[in-house]
Amino acid sequence: MKRKFLLAVGLFAALALSGCGGGSDSENTLTVLNYGKYLDPAAIQMFEEETGIKVEYEEYITPENMYTKYKAGSIDYDLICTSDYMIEKLIKEGEVLETDFKQLSNIENLDPSYFTFSQAFDPENKYAMPYFFGTVGILYNKNMVDAADMESWDCLWNEKYSGQIIMADSVRDSFMAALKYKGYSLNTTDESQLLEAQEILINQKPLVYSYLVDEAQDEMIAENAALALVYSGEAGYAIEQNENLAYSVPKEGSNMWIDSWFIPKTCKHKENAEKFMDFLCRTDVTSLNFEYVYYATPNKAFVDSLEPEVQNNTTVFPPTEILENCEILKSLEDSATAKYNELWKELKSTD
Amino acid sequence: MGKFKRQFLAGPYLVWIIGFILLPVLMILYYALTNSGGNFTLANVLAIGAPIHRKALFLSLKLAFLCTAICLVLSYPLAMVLNNLRNKYQNLIVFIFILPMWMNFMLRILAWKMLLSNNGVINTVLGFFGIPSLDILNTPTAVVFCMVYDFLPFMILPIYNSMARIGRDVIEAAKDLGAGNPAVFFKIILPLTLSGVVSGIIMVFVPALTSFAISDLLGGGKVLLIGNVIEQAFMQEYNWNLGSGLSIVLMIFVIASMALMSAHDKEGGGAGVW
Amino acid sequence: MVRKTAERIYLGVIFLFLYLPILVLIVLSFNDSKSRVVWGGFTLKWYQRLFQSSVILEAFSTTIFITLASALLATVLGTLAALGIHAMKAKKQAVMLGATNIPLLNADIVTGLSMMLLFVRFTKLGMSTVLIAHITFNIPYVILNVLPRLRQCSQNAYEAALDLGATPFYAFYKILWPQIRPGVFSGALMAMTMSLDDFSVTYFTKGAGINTLSTMIYTEMRKGIIPEMYALSTILFFLALVLLLIMNFGSARKEKLAKEQI
Repeated sequence: MKRKFLLAVGLFAALALSGCGGGSDSENTLTVLNYGKYLDPAAIQMFEEETGIKVEYEEYITPENMYTKYKAGSIDYDLICTSDYMIEKLIKEGEVLETDFKQLSNIENLDPSYFTFSQAFDPENKYAMPYFFGTVGILYNKNMVDAADMESWDCLWNEKYSGQIIMADSVRDSFMAALKYKGYSLNTTDESQLLEAQEILINQKPLVYSYLVDEAQDEMIAENAALALVYSGEAGYAIEQNENLAYSVPKEGSNMWIDSWFIPKTCKHKENAEKFMDFLCRTDVTSLNFEYVYYATPNKAFVDSLEPEVQNNTTVFPPTEILENCEILKSLEDSATAKYNELWKELKSTD
Repeated sequence: MGKFKRQFLAGPYLVWIIGFILLPVLMILYYALTNSGGNFTLANVLAIGAPIHRKALFLSLKLAFLCTAICLVLSYPLAMVLNNLRNKYQNLIVFIFILPMWMNFMLRILAWKMLLSNNGVINTVLGFFGIPSLDILNTPTAVVFCMVYDFLPFMILPIYNSMARIGRDVIEAAKDLGAGNPAVFFKIILPLTLSGVVSGIIMVFVPALTSFAISDLLGGGKVLLIGNVIEQAFMQEYNWNLGSGLSIVLMIFVIASMALMSAHDKEGGGAGVW
Repeated sequence: MVRKTAERIYLGVIFLFLYLPILVLIVLSFNDSKSRVVWGGFTLKWYQRLFQSSVILEAFSTTIFITLASALLATVLGTLAALGIHAMKAKKQAVMLGATNIPLLNADIVTGLSMMLLFVRFTKLGMSTVLIAHITFNIPYVILNVLPRLRQCSQNAYEAALDLGATPFYAFYKILWPQIRPGVFSGALMAMTMSLDDFSVTYFTKGAGINTLSTMIYTEMRKGIIPEMYALSTILFFLALVLLLIMNFGSARKEKLAKEQI
């Protein structure tokens, strides 16, 4: 009697567990990994309704964060969106599958010149589909700072703005500002240059209000800080919400980045992934996402349909003379990445 | 016979212990004691000595001590007041002080973030009265504030419970025998509530020492606690060996602090006898 | 008299400290302006948006599922375990209870990470891994609530029933169960509370696209505060209030009934 009872309970537990786990491989799903706040949830809903594919959507904060999530291997991602240098790193590691661009019927909506841009990290344009691009610069509140100061990275070290500066909680972006301020390349692996950058970042720490990524925009809209190191799209969106804000790309030059979709080796639903990529190239979907994130899109068909006023918004669509002054981040050797991480950690733990 | 068979009821749990309690501990030990190549090393555990990690650990200990001390100082008198109420609303009032514990932990953090921000409610009110603003968001002070707020009920409850268990007659007897208020407090109430204090301290100190979410959300990336270092090692740097090594150190600290507390508890129990 | 007043003031101050933040959240949830300090008039739109947000609703239903399923399974496993452990010799008992203490003593972050390491090695992260993790940290609460009850039970009645020919199951149901039932229920309740409030363990063991309320709010907060969260706070606060009031008064009434019977 007791034994039967025991068996029954054991069986029940086993059933209950297997019932709600596993399984998902055989289903019609798509596991997507993307930056936070980088895709309108309404677009996902639309995709699910149109295709019957269930999207499992997961977000990350920084490219390094994404790399870990992917490398952990605990989740089989089908489609990932991330930045140039991180895609380069993954391509080098052999972690990326070729995309069958012929399957994407809407691909001609994209301006081919951005595929040329992508050759910096994807030389044969085999893997990556451009999604959004932009610059890194300074979002500032016109009532709280002197706009003239914002022409140079120097403003991030200006004592006047003590306690009102938001820095990026992301290794490469923060070092980028410091390296550019010092006149170095943002891809440097020269130890003395990196140490110099770290030193000024440590000196800057007392002036910093907080180190944030996605939240920076919100804090600026709420006028909790005077200036922030942000991506251009965040700036564009924030300016829409609060007209006291403005954006500037410092004259020393900055980072031009391009975020793209790619299919990782773990992909179990390649067809669905390509369907989703194709879906993202549609002008109506691009419109949804553009309104949601406010970054420059390579979707020429969509951009042409915009009001000239928006097309000429230099915050969102960086003019060529600014882009020419910008560098693209390159993926670094493992040892250099480790050095950056170490310096960053030291910086973060200094009082 | 019956007894022998009944043991088997714990069978499924035994399997569970092995699979989901012991095995994970072994996994973390394995990662802690190997390098990325799978060779034995103590470097990950000893990494706690590196200035960055040592600093994070000391800051965590400092904040956890502060938080526990503040909680204790606030809770003990509160428990006494609650215990002295002795009217028909007593249960309801005690209940009111425990209720925030039931609201989602994340939402309690959200509340403080919103209150403390530069243009938040507190600064607006202060500004209205012409008081200089309180710039504590993104500092360790804000983290301690929120920790106290989050963990206070965990201190109130055990102290109140141990106090409520003291019979009125014991106190009255002591008074009849000529003990004054201070004597009653030090010879009766304090010793008899010590076990409640100890469990309160454990319930506050351990989560305060190991939390990473509060410092993440209220520290503005400037307050690096040992929990944050571990979380980042796992989630940002993809260095699971280092993360595991530091976790083991944290585990040792937690167990040591508990052992320390329960040793004191025993002394307290002994003191209560006389 | 002075002391009475001082006591009252002290209660009031702590009360304000605990409830002012919640009150502000509630007020802001009706504020027709995204700002945190400017009152823009009364609105219910954040509630409307809350109930339209699939992200929030999904997190809510996941939370309920995980809480109930993990509490139920932990209660079954834990109660059986307590019965088994109670029948063991002292040495074996000590070993079992020692292992039971591990999830209780360990920091959440370490429990979560160690389970993540295990799952990553042998399987994929998903809903079932969160469930297993929750059951694991819930079982000890059930055992620690049931075992003391069992120890208070007199073994004689149970063995007498067996001697008189009752099946063990019947004897358990008639004699042991009524005595341990309150322990089982309070264990289940504690398990639910722990599951409901957990953040760290879920954070490390969840699969793609799976979020409980805690992890969802964490992700959202790192993107900036949206007023829907205030509405959610308000609803959760009143939900907790009502549930606890029902439970409190339910048990108070039962106690009263029990007293009257004596």
